[in-house]
Amino acid sequence: MNVIETSGLGKRYGTTWALRGCSLSIPAGHVAALVGPNGAGKSTLLNLAVGLAAPSAGDVTVLGGQAAGSPGALDGIAFVAQDTPLYKNLSAADMLHLTRSLNRRFDQRYAQSRLAELGIPLKRKAGRLSGGQQAQLALTLALARHPRLLVLDEPVAMLDPIARHDFMATVLTAAVDDGVSVVLSSHVLAELERVADYLILLSLGRVQVVGEVDDLLGSHRVLTGPAAEAEKYDGRLRVVHVRRGEAQAHLLVRATADDPVPPGWEAHPVGLEELALGYLREPDAAALPGPAHARRAEQPEVAK
Amino acid sequence: MTTLNVPARPEQDASLRPVPWRLMTWVTWRQHRFALGGVAVLLGVLAVYMWITGLQLHHAYAAAVACHPASSLACNGLARNFNNIGGFLANGSPLQAVPALIGAFVGAPVLARELETGTFRYAWTQGFGRWRWTLAKLVALAVAVTAATGAISVLFSWYYQPYFATINRTLGLNEPSPLAIGLFDLRGVTFAAWTLAAFAIGALAGMLLRRVVPAIVATLAAYSGLAVAAGGFVRQHYLTPVVTRSLNLPASAGIISQQWFARGGQPVSLSALGQFLQREAPPQLAGKGGVPQSVSTWQYLVQHGYTQWTTYQPASRFWPFQWIEGGWLLALSVLCIAVTVWMVRRKAV
Repeated sequence: MNVIETSGLGKRYGTTWALRGCSLSIPAGHVAALVGPNGAGKSTLLNLAVGLAAPSAGDVTVLGGQAAGSPGALDGIAFVAQDTPLYKNLSAADMLHLTRSLNRRFDQRYAQSRLAELGIPLKRKAGRLSGGQQAQLALTLALARHPRLLVLDEPVAMLDPIARHDFMATVLTAAVDDGVSVVLSSHVLAELERVADYLILLSLGRVQVVGEVDDLLGSHRVLTGPAAEAEKYDGRLRVVHVRRGEAQAHLLVRATADDPVPPGWEAHPVGLEELALGYLREPDAAALPGPAHARRAEQPEVAK
Repeated sequence: MTTLNVPARPEQDASLRPVPWRLMTWVTWRQHRFALGGVAVLLGVLAVYMWITGLQLHHAYAAAVACHPASSLACNGLARNFNNIGGFLANGSPLQAVPALIGAFVGAPVLARELETGTFRYAWTQGFGRWRWTLAKLVALAVAVTAATGAISVLFSWYYQPYFATINRTLGLNEPSPLAIGLFDLRGVTFAAWTLAAFAIGALAGMLLRRVVPAIVATLAAYSGLAVAAGGFVRQHYLTPVVTRSLNLPASAGIISQQWFARGGQPVSLSALGQFLQREAPPQLAGKGGVPQSVSTWQYLVQHGYTQWTTYQPASRFWPFQWIEGGWLLALSVLCIAVTVWMVRRKAV
C-alpha cells in the first residue's frame, strides 16, 4: 500500500507553480523524509496530501487510493502543520478534549501519560508552553488519534537541539513500535540521517530523487581522486555532482560497490546528507524509478 | 515509554461512521464562550435597564391616561413625565448597534481567526471534516445569537408598548409609527433576523478576508449599509403604498411622501404655499414664515383649491412587513452561511 501517491500533481498560486508534474509513491511502513530547499514545494505537497489544498493539476491519493481530504483519509492521517498551530488560549487538557471531540478514535490515557512523561502541565495554556512543549503537545494529539499515517511539516525547524532530539525520538517510537507510517518534511538534513529510511528530494517544484535510503546509498559512491582528472570522468561516469578541492576532487556518482573504480581513484560509501546535498546542488540531476525517467526525458528543461 | 498497548494497525472500518455532530457542541462552546459571554452580558445589561425604565414608563403612562380632567395642569405634568422617561432609548437608535456588534464580534472571527492564526490547519485535518466543522459551528452560534436577540426583542416590544398605545392625543403624547425607521426593526421578528443576517455576513466576511480586524470592519460596514438601505429605501416598497388626499391621517401612518398640488394639478412647493398664505390668508393662519403647519391652515388651503396627496404605509401593515423583512433576511443569512461552508469545502476534494 502506498501512503501517498501522486501523478502529475501540480499546485499553482496565481501564476506561480509551487509544485509541478510531481509523480511519486511513498510505500507504507517507512519514515519518509521530504527534503528540499526553501520554496521547493514541500509544504505544498504535504498540504495537498492532507487535503488542505486542492490540486491545480494531476491528482493525489492517500492510504491506498483514497482521495486526499476524504472522510477515510482524514480519519487515518494525523497532520502536524508547520509551527504546530494550537489554540493558544486553550489549556493542554482542553486541546485533548477538543481533539477527542473531533475524531472517531482518541486514546486519552496514552495522551495523558505522554504529557505526564514530558512534564507538560495539563492546565497550562498552550500559548504559554515552550516551543518544544508545543511541538510535543501537537505530536501527542496526532499520535493519540492512532493514525495510519503521520504527516509532519517542518516539525523541528523551530526547536532547539534537545527538543529536536526528543521530538524525533517520539516519532521513531511511533513508527517502530506502533507501525505508523511517517512522512516528514525538513531542511535539517543532519536530523534525517538517524530517522529516515525513505527519501524524497524536491527541487524547484519537481521531484529529483525518490527511493529507499538503503537503495540510494547502495547505488551511489563518492570517488576521490586527482582534481585534474575530474573533467575526464565527468562525461563517462554517471556523475551527479563534482566537489573540487585544492588537489583532489570528490565525485558523487551513481555506482554500486561492484562497479569498477578508475585507476588512481578511491571509492567511498556516501552518507545521506552528502547524497542529498549533492543532488540539491545539481537541480538537473535526478534519481528516479522507472517511469519518472521517461517523464523527465520529455521535459528536460527545469525552470530556474 | 508508553504504558499502553496501541494497536499496530487500527481496524479498517468499511462503513466509516462520521464523528457525531453533537460533539461539536462542546467544541463550539469552549472556543466561543467569551464571545457568547460578551453577548450575554450586553443583552443582560440592556434587559435590566429596559426592565427598570420599562416599569417606570408603564406606570407613568397608566398615571397619565387615568388622570382627569385631561387638560388640567396636573395631568399635563403627568404626560410630560411620561414623555421624559425612556430618554435615549425612546427612538430606539442605540439598540440598532446590537446586531452589528454581534455580527462583528461573534460572526466575523469564527473563520477569520482560524485562518489568521493558522489553526485551521489543525481544525480542518481532524476526522470531523472541515465543512461539517464549519456548518456545525455556524449553525450552533447562529441559533444561539438569534434566540437570545429574539428573546430580548420581546422585552423591547413590551418596553415600547406605551408609545404605540398612545392614542390619547389630548394628553399631548406622541404616537410614533410602528413602521418608523429605528423602531420597526427592534420589534417583532426583525430584530432577531437582523442579528442572524449580521452574524452570517460576519462569517462570510471572515472567510473572504481571512483576517479578524478587516473582517470586523467589513461586517460593520456591510451591516450598516444594508440597514440604511433597507430602512430608507427598500422597506417602504414591500407593499404598494396607499395614496390619499385626506388631511386626517393617523399619526401611526408611515408617511413616504407628501405633496401639495394646485387646482390645475401642477405641484406646488411649500414656499409658494407660504407666499400664498402671506398674501391671501388672515394673519392668524399665515403664521410665522408662512409654512402651513396647523390643521386649520391645511383646511384653508383645501378650500382655496389646493390638494395634498400623501403616500403612506398604514400601521396595520406592521406584521406583513415584519414577515417580509424577516423572510428576506433569513434567506440572505442562509445564503451567506451556505456560501461560507461551500468556500471551506471547495478547497477539499
